[in-house]
Parts: sequence; structure tokens; C-alpha cells
Amino acid sequence: MQHFISPVLWQFLVKWLTNFAIFPPEASSIAPYADALYFFLIFISVIGLGAVAALVVTFSIRYRQSRNPVATQIEGSTLLEATWTIIPLILFMITFVWGALLYFRIYSPPPNAMNIYVVGKQWMWKIEHPGGQHEINALHIPINRPIQLTLISQDVFHSFSVPAFRVKREVIPGRYNTVWFEATKPGVYHLFCTQYCGTLHSQMIGWVYAMTPEDYEAWAAGSTSGHSLAQNGERLFASLGCNSCHNGSPNAHGPNLAKVYGSRVQLQNGQFVTVDDAFLRDTILNPTLHQIAGYAPIMPTYQGQVTEDALIDLVEYIKRLDSDYRIEQTIDNSASQPVQTGTTPAGTSAPVLPPGTVKQ
Amino acid sequence: MDSHTLAAQTGEIGHVEHEHPPFLRHHFENVAQQREAATFGMWLFLLTEIMFFGGLFCAYLIFRNWYYPAFVAGSHSLHIWAGTLNTTLLIVSSFTMAMAVHAAEVRHRKPLLAWMIATIILGCGFLCVKAYEWHDEWVEHHVPGLNFNPATLEHGTKAYPDDNLAPDMAQKTSIYFSLYFAMTGMHALHMIIGVSLLTFLLIRAWGGAYTSGHIAPVENFGLYWHFVDIVWIFLFPLLYLISRHQ
Amino acid sequence: MSTIVSLPDQSTATLPKVSYLNKEYGLKSWLLTGDHKRIAVLYMISITLFFFIGGAMAALIRLELLTPTTDLLAADTYNKVFTAHGLIMVFFFLVPSVPATIGNFCIPIMVGAKDLAFPKINLLSWYLYIAAGIMMICVLVFGGVDTGWTFTTPLSTHYLNTNVVSAGLAVFLAGFSSIFTGLNFIVTIHRMRAPGMTWFRLPLFVWSHYAASILMVLGTPVLAITLVLVVLERTIGIGVFDPSKGGDPLLFQHLFWFYSHPAVYIMILPGMGVISEVISTFSRKRVFGYTAVAFSSVAIAVFGFFVWAHHMFIMGISNYSALVFSLLTMLVAVPSAIKIFNWSATLYKGSITFETPMLYAFGFLGLFTIGGLTGVFLGSLGMDIHLTETYFIVAHFHFVMVGGMLMAYLSGVHFWWPKITGRMYPEGVSKLAAVITFVGFILTFFPQFILGYLGMPRRYAAYPPEFQVLNVFSSAGATVLGVGYLLPLLYLTWSLKYGKIAGSNPWQATGLEWQIQSPPLTENFAETPIVTHEAYDYEWLANKTRNEVQTVG
Repeated sequence: MQHFISPVLWQFLVKWLTNFAIFPPEASSIAPYADALYFFLIFISVIGLGAVAALVVTFSIRYRQSRNPVATQIEGSTLLEATWTIIPLILFMITFVWGALLYFRIYSPPPNAMNIYVVGKQWMWKIEHPGGQHEINALHIPINRPIQLTLISQDVFHSFSVPAFRVKREVIPGRYNTVWFEATKPGVYHLFCTQYCGTLHSQMIGWVYAMTPEDYEAWAAGSTSGHSLAQNGERLFASLGCNSCHNGSPNAHGPNLAKVYGSRVQLQNGQFVTVDDAFLRDTILNPTLHQIAGYAPIMPTYQGQVTEDALIDLVEYIKRLDSDYRIEQTIDNSASQPVQTGTTPAGTSAPVLPPGTVKQ
Repeated sequence: MDSHTLAAQTGEIGHVEHEHPPFLRHHFENVAQQREAATFGMWLFLLTEIMFFGGLFCAYLIFRNWYYPAFVAGSHSLHIWAGTLNTTLLIVSSFTMAMAVHAAEVRHRKPLLAWMIATIILGCGFLCVKAYEWHDEWVEHHVPGLNFNPATLEHGTKAYPDDNLAPDMAQKTSIYFSLYFAMTGMHALHMIIGVSLLTFLLIRAWGGAYTSGHIAPVENFGLYWHFVDIVWIFLFPLLYLISRHQ
Repeated sequence: MSTIVSLPDQSTATLPKVSYLNKEYGLKSWLLTGDHKRIAVLYMISITLFFFIGGAMAALIRLELLTPTTDLLAADTYNKVFTAHGLIMVFFFLVPSVPATIGNFCIPIMVGAKDLAFPKINLLSWYLYIAAGIMMICVLVFGGVDTGWTFTTPLSTHYLNTNVVSAGLAVFLAGFSSIFTGLNFIVTIHRMRAPGMTWFRLPLFVWSHYAASILMVLGTPVLAITLVLVVLERTIGIGVFDPSKGGDPLLFQHLFWFYSHPAVYIMILPGMGVISEVISTFSRKRVFGYTAVAFSSVAIAVFGFFVWAHHMFIMGISNYSALVFSLLTMLVAVPSAIKIFNWSATLYKGSITFETPMLYAFGFLGLFTIGGLTGVFLGSLGMDIHLTETYFIVAHFHFVMVGGMLMAYLSGVHFWWPKITGRMYPEGVSKLAAVITFVGFILTFFPQFILGYLGMPRRYAAYPPEFQVLNVFSSAGATVLGVGYLLPLLYLTWSLKYGKIAGSNPWQATGLEWQIQSPPLTENFAETPIVTHEAYDYEWLANKTRNEVQTVG
């Protein structure tokens, strides 16, 4: 058969018959909702286009010059204008409300979501699991469990997109963005960078592996670097000297960080803010921008000295600080243990990550 | 419309001659229309200029809100006497420009020339003071990107000993100076264009071009000059007078 | 109220002895002209050139995307090619397309003036355009630029080593060319109208240009200052958009889209003006709901300024501001829907013929409706998350910009071709071209909607193999589309010499421009016209024709 038609055409036909995508898989809890809105929108589009096409075609046939040589001049009709203002308006308002509900659903993570960190850089995705699994261009997740991604870029704008989950979020330098999803079907799905980010933009792709909880547990146990992000953060905390001020003692120079995550703190300017990931990151880089009330603005800035990966370690560490005891322990550890910052020990599947601190 | 005149347009039909002054362009019906069109065009152009500076003011407002202490410290490092002097120069130059327009209206050539020269001198004076300030900021390493060093801003100055910026906030003064140079630079560019245009108008005015009823160019240039002045009236408090009362 | 307007007998038509084309000869008489019609012709030649450069880039893009891998172009070449395609098509073709050519030619005549208010500024605007164009071509020759037409920071400021600064300055200059055109139009429409030409006697073409001009005048300066900041950041390193210095890259996006969203309406509104004229003329019927169409243009211009952040729904702007911008986006869709329905209703009880401009106008109606409705998909917050930055958005804006605007431009070029050149284009082949364009367009861009929903990201030089079939369809369609665009270039050039003589009003249209000779005199009107009838008054036209016959008899 393939001798009779050109090989290129043959290849094309084979592809057509075997590997021809027309609709993305519905693999997250959000996907059916997004698709429902999509089909509704297609429906009103078909109605709208059909109405216009019907009018144009009917009038073109009925009032063509050979059949209707005399045009009747009509000024207009307020009633009709009102009709075709109000009906589209109503349809658009339905779309608006529906879309807004979906948007809030996609961008408001549930409180029990499992957190994974994503760092985008030209041109790869670095995925960091709190348990110490580091991945490049791959994301392993369990199904039926809400996953929240905390995304940041260390250079230009990227965008984290998983079409099968119908979620996408811009990955921006200098600020955490979040997105959440809950995979429903085990499988391997595309992960794209959708924001143009330079030369190899189209190679900043990867795979999302949605696994059953059992498979996921097995993978997590087998792929961990042995050091959780919090543990890495603990070492950094000591090596950067954070513990000299944030030591939890009553007359410390810096605020006590135990249980600080999620609490509301008062700033120098009287504002109250809730401590979250973004706030922690920002106070490390720009301490006096968010000066906690009652402390002197003496903390140095770590802007340009700590990588995004290391910041994630620190945030993860502070997040899990639930007692003063932990800090005291850090102080003890730092005296005896050599400093190892954010590196991955050999023997794990993940590639070696850049060291946590920037060599100056 | 008279359909006959429209339909019968064949052959050479020359310009229908009316009694009109030499400066009336052929496509205008009369002097009033020409003058109205020119003035209206000028106002529209000033509207585009407002949007042009608007982008900078918008950036200024956002960053001032974020990094207020840095903006205060940056502002305190400027020479208030220079800013005040420049404001005075510009306000006076607006007055001399208004007088120039008036002189053109009453068709007095010599006062027109005198007021225009005065305006040019004041405009150049402004630019000189501005150049001096920029030079000073260069010396103090306050030019972002080129030689910026926030260290000089970390400790209070003699006049403002309370300006003790933490290192992270001191770095943010580079944003203040970025906007300072972008805004005053764009303003100075408009001043340079203004002075050049005015010099051109002066040469034309020397020959008496604007004292025979054709005052639109002088009038519209006046609008431009006042606009540039007004931009400075906004820049001066926004850049120089932040928290001066402290 | 009914009118019979029959097309005039063209066999006796002759070219006028004196017209704007032959009043003066020589290159100098063109390059130093203040005549809006000559400047329009200069613009038409130059934007045609840029259209085909941009089109060649599009051809390269579609060729590269035939296969899933980067085999024809390397990734960085591909990036330069789509950047050049975007920059050239947006700033050097779409923005000036209808306004600077047909608008420049027709608006003074339509309002009954001898020229635009500021002929020298009009010429200056063309020179700025040419300077910008030469700069852009130099950018392409000396290594190109790969920022994407959006100049996104910090990519454009810190992470590329291509000609970002000169490309930015080229766009800056082109922006000022557009500001001057808009300014000229607004002043002309306000101050140069002939006696009796009230606002509500203006053709809708003038209304839509008025709305577009407001956007040009108020939006473009913001782009200009944004580009100045980008250039300063890139050259000396100020930090307004640099997160590591405390700047905010999202601020760039806000400022950029503050212009670039209205720019979409700058591009489409003049096209809508063309469609109003064409549909009325070939239905021999006044435009249904004149005031509704006129005010919907103004409404689009006003709302158009307050929807820019819908380009940033996924960027982490606050959920509540996203809500407001989505609501406003829905509102801006309504005036477009009003226009579409009014045009359709104009056909009702008309006396319709299907000359080429009308075919293109029908193409516009269909494609713009699809483009507009898919815009509602993207304005809807939750849907936008999945669709933005994919081929869905590429398909959407090509339906609006190419399916809408380019169709309108071609419709307008054919419609006013007899007025501009005094000669007819060949009707048969041009109808064929219109149909080819329509079919080719659908083939090219419809598969991209499906690709977009599948999640294929835009600006990808390589893509997963399961997307290939649809991409092959798209590339095949692009070939057809290319033929559709080359044909008019050929036969319109041919018609300059061999086309039938058109006569002053070949379509029996009501516009003032059709009541003067073709091609017009340099001064347009022998005497300043006094307007006593509304736009699209076919009764008046019929009476006028009858009077003429009587006069001759």
C-alpha cells in the first residue's frame, strides 16, 4: 500500500488514524466544570453565528436585486435595537457569572491541599516536594487529593499549564503564585510552559504523572533525597545566621518564628497581615518593607544572596517550626554539623540542583 | 448640496480666489477656521502628552506607595533650593511667554521679540540648573544602572539625620531615582524641544511673521510651554517635597 | 419610501483630464505632497510592502509547524520570525491599514473638506512610519529580535541579546505616526466639516474613525513611555520593571496592555466603518439603526480603555479586579453584537448585489462574529485560564484581526479602488479571490481553536506529535490563504493600466466622495459643498440622478 502513495502522505494518514487528538483528557476534578462552560459557550456561539448567518443568507436570497429591484428605506427600530442589546447582554452576563465562579474555584485552594513548590527557569521546571523529592520537568502527584502548587520563577515570566487539568498559572519572578487541582484519573499528562520565555520556550515542557495513592507512596519513598525541604531549610537557617536573632529567647533581636506561619502579626505601620508563604519570602528579601512592630529594622537583606530554591527551603522550615525547641536544636546542630546547603545527596534519581546560596 | 456643482466637475477648475491673507492655507475656508483647528490640534496633542507623562506618574504613585521611606530619603537628597529656583524660573517663563502671546496679539514686534528672548533665557536657565543637579547626583552615585550606590543613603544627612534606611530599603531608592531621572529627563527633553521651537519662532518673528495677525503658532507654542510648565509644577512637589515638614 | 438605483453605464465614462494623480508629476511632487490622497497612496504602497513581509514570516511559521520538531527553523530563528510577524503585522500593517490609507483618502472628502486639517503633519506621519519601517527592516536584517511583539519584561530587558532597543524605538516612532494620524482625523472631523454636515449626517465610516482616533491619541502615548522605560532599563539599567531591584514586571504588563488592548479596537473600528459603507451601498439601503451603530463605535472606544487587565487574568492580579475586568469585557462585547445585527438588518428589504466588496463584507460578518464570540470565551474568567496563551487565543485574534480587519481592508480597497485610481478592478477574478480568501482563512485558523482547547501553547517551535494533523490542516489552509492575498496584488496592479474606466459613481453610492470625479481633484471639491441630506439618503441620490438626466435631456 505505502508504495502507491508518497511516504509523507502515508505517514500523515497513519498518524491521522492512530494518533489524532481532538479533545484533551478530563483528568482533574475541575475539568468537567470547565468543559461544561466550554460547551455552553460553544452552544451560544453556534446560536449567535447561526442567527447572523440565517439573517444574511435569507436576506441575500430574498432581497437580491434580481428579485427585489426596489429597496425599501428603513430608518431603524428601537425595539429591535433593544432586543439585540439585551439578549446578548443576558447571555454574556450568564457567561460572566459562570466563568467567575469557575475562576474562584480554580484559584482558591482548599485548606487541606498538599503543597508542592515549582521553580521555573529558562528552560526547565524544577519541582520540589516538601518530602525532599526533587524533579526536573516532571511532577508526580497522587490522584484524588488536592494539590496546591506554589510557583515562582527565578528569571523571566513562565506559565505553568496542564491542559488535562484545565489549570494554568503565570510563574512570575519575585512573587509566589498559587494554583491547585485534584487529579482524578491516573495517567501521564502534558505539562507546558505557555508564556513565551526565550529561545527554548517550546522545550520547557514536561509530564505530570498522576498516580494512585499506593503508587505515589512507593514513588515518594523511592525518590526522596533523604532530606526534606524543611531539613535543608534548617541548615540554611543556621548557616545564614538567622538563628542568632530569631532564637526564640525573650530578648532576641528578631521575632520568634515558632508557630508564626498562619498567624496574624502587626507591622510597624499598624497594619495586620497574615503570615503566608509569600510574606515569609518577602520578609527575608525585604525585611524592613514588612517591619514587625516592636523590633528595630536591623535585619540585612538577602536579596540576590539566596536562590529561589533556598528560599523555598527556608519558607518550608519556618512553616513547620511549631515550637521553640526546634530552634534551640538548630543552634546546637549548627555548631557541630558541616553546612550543607540545598544540595541533593548522590544516589537519588533527581539531578543535582544548584547550591542554595549564590556564590558571590 | 447643489448637485449641479458637484456633477459638473470636469476640466480644470482652479482655486477659487478669495480675499485672504497670505498665511491662510489653501484648504481652510477662513482664518478663524484655521486658527480654531490649530488650537484644537494643539490641545489634543497636549492630551497625548498628559497620557505620555501619565504612565510615569502612575508608576510613581505605585512605587511611592510601596517604598515610601526610600522615596522620602531620595527626595531629601535633592537640592530643594535648585528645585525651588527652577520652579520660579518656569513660572516666570510662563509669564513672559503669555506676554509674548499678548504682544503678538496686539502686533507689537519689538515687545514680542523681547518676551520671546526672555522666555528662551529662562528656559535655558532652567536646563542649566537641572544639568547642575544631575551632575551632582552623578557625583553622589545616585544614577541607577550607571553608578548607583545606595550606601550614601543609608545614613541620615545633616539636614535629615532621621533618614536611617535599612539596607533593603536603601536599595529601593534606585526605583526613586529611576523615576526621578525618567521624569525629569522626559521633562527636560520637552524643555529642549520647547527652547528649540521658540528659537525657530524667534527667527520667524524677527521678520515680522507673527505681528500681522497670524498669531496661531505663537499662541499654540504658548500652550505647549505652559503645559511643560504645569508638568514641572506636578514634578516639583512629587519629587522634591516629600515629607519635607519632618 | 423606496428607491431604485441602477448602476450607471460605464461604457461612456472617461478619465478626467485633471486629477490629483496627474496634476503634478515627478517623485518630488509625491514625496513632498501635502495632499491627503497622495499620502494615502504612499501609505497604501508602503503597508502593502509590509503586509507581504509579514505574510512571508507567517508562511515560514506555518511551514515550520508542519512537523512537530524544529527542522526547518531553529528555535531561536522561529522566535525571531514570529516576533517579526507580530511586530510588522500589528504596528506596520493593521494599525495604519484602513485609517492611513482609505481613511486618509476618504475622511476629508466625506466631511466635505479640501484636505486634512494639518497636511504637513499628515506627511510627517508617513515619514515617521517609513523611518520606523526602515528601522524595523534593519532590525530584521541585522539579526532580528525575539521578544515577541509584547516586549514582555524582564525577558526583553535582561535576558535577550537581540536588537530589542532598535525594535522598541521603531515601534515608538510608528506609534507617533499613528498619534499624528489620529490627531489629524479628530481635528478634521471637528473643525473641517462642510456647511450642513452635522454630526448625524456623517457617514458611519467617519464615526468609526473618530472613535479609533480617540483611542490612538489617548492610548499610544502610554505605549511610547512604556517602551522608553524598557529601553532605559535595557541600556542603562534603571529598575522600574526589574523585580530584583524592587521594580514590578506586572506594571509593564499593565502599561503595555493599557495601549495594546485599545490598539485592538484601533485596528478593528476603521474596518467596521468600511463594512457600514459597503453593506449600505450594495443593499441600496440606509444602514439600519444609524445612531445605534454610530454610538456603538464610541461605546467600544470608551469601554475599550477599561478592559486591559483581561490579558492578565492568570498572572496573579487580585481575584476581585479580575472580576471587574471580566465584567467590563462582557460589556464591550455588546456594542460589537449591536453592530453585527444592524448590518444584518440593513440587508432586510434591500436590493442586494454581490460585487467583490460585498463578498468581503459578508466574509467579515461571518469571521468577525466567530472572532467576537470566541472573545467571550476568553473574557469569561474560568474559561480564560485554560484557553489563554494557547492556540485558541491565536485563532481568536486572527479571526478578529485577519478575518475581520483584513477582510474589511480588502473590501474597502476594492470598494474605493475606482475612486482612488479611476479604474475598475476585474470583477470575476476578484470575486474568486474573495472566496479563496474566505475558504483559506477558515481552513487555516479554525483547526487552531481545536488545538487551543487541546492545550497547544502559542509561540512553540516544536510541539507534541499528536497535534500534527491539525497543524498540517492549518498550514495547508495558509497556502490557500496566501493565494487569496497574492491575487488582489496582481490584478489590482494590472487594473491600474487595463482596468475599465470607472466614472464618478460606479456603485451609485450616496457618499460625498462618490459625487466628485474619479480620481478626484487635488482640492477634492470645485466649490465647498453644502450638505442638505443625511448619509445613505438614496432618495436624494435618485432625485439627483433624475435631475441630471433632465439637465442633460
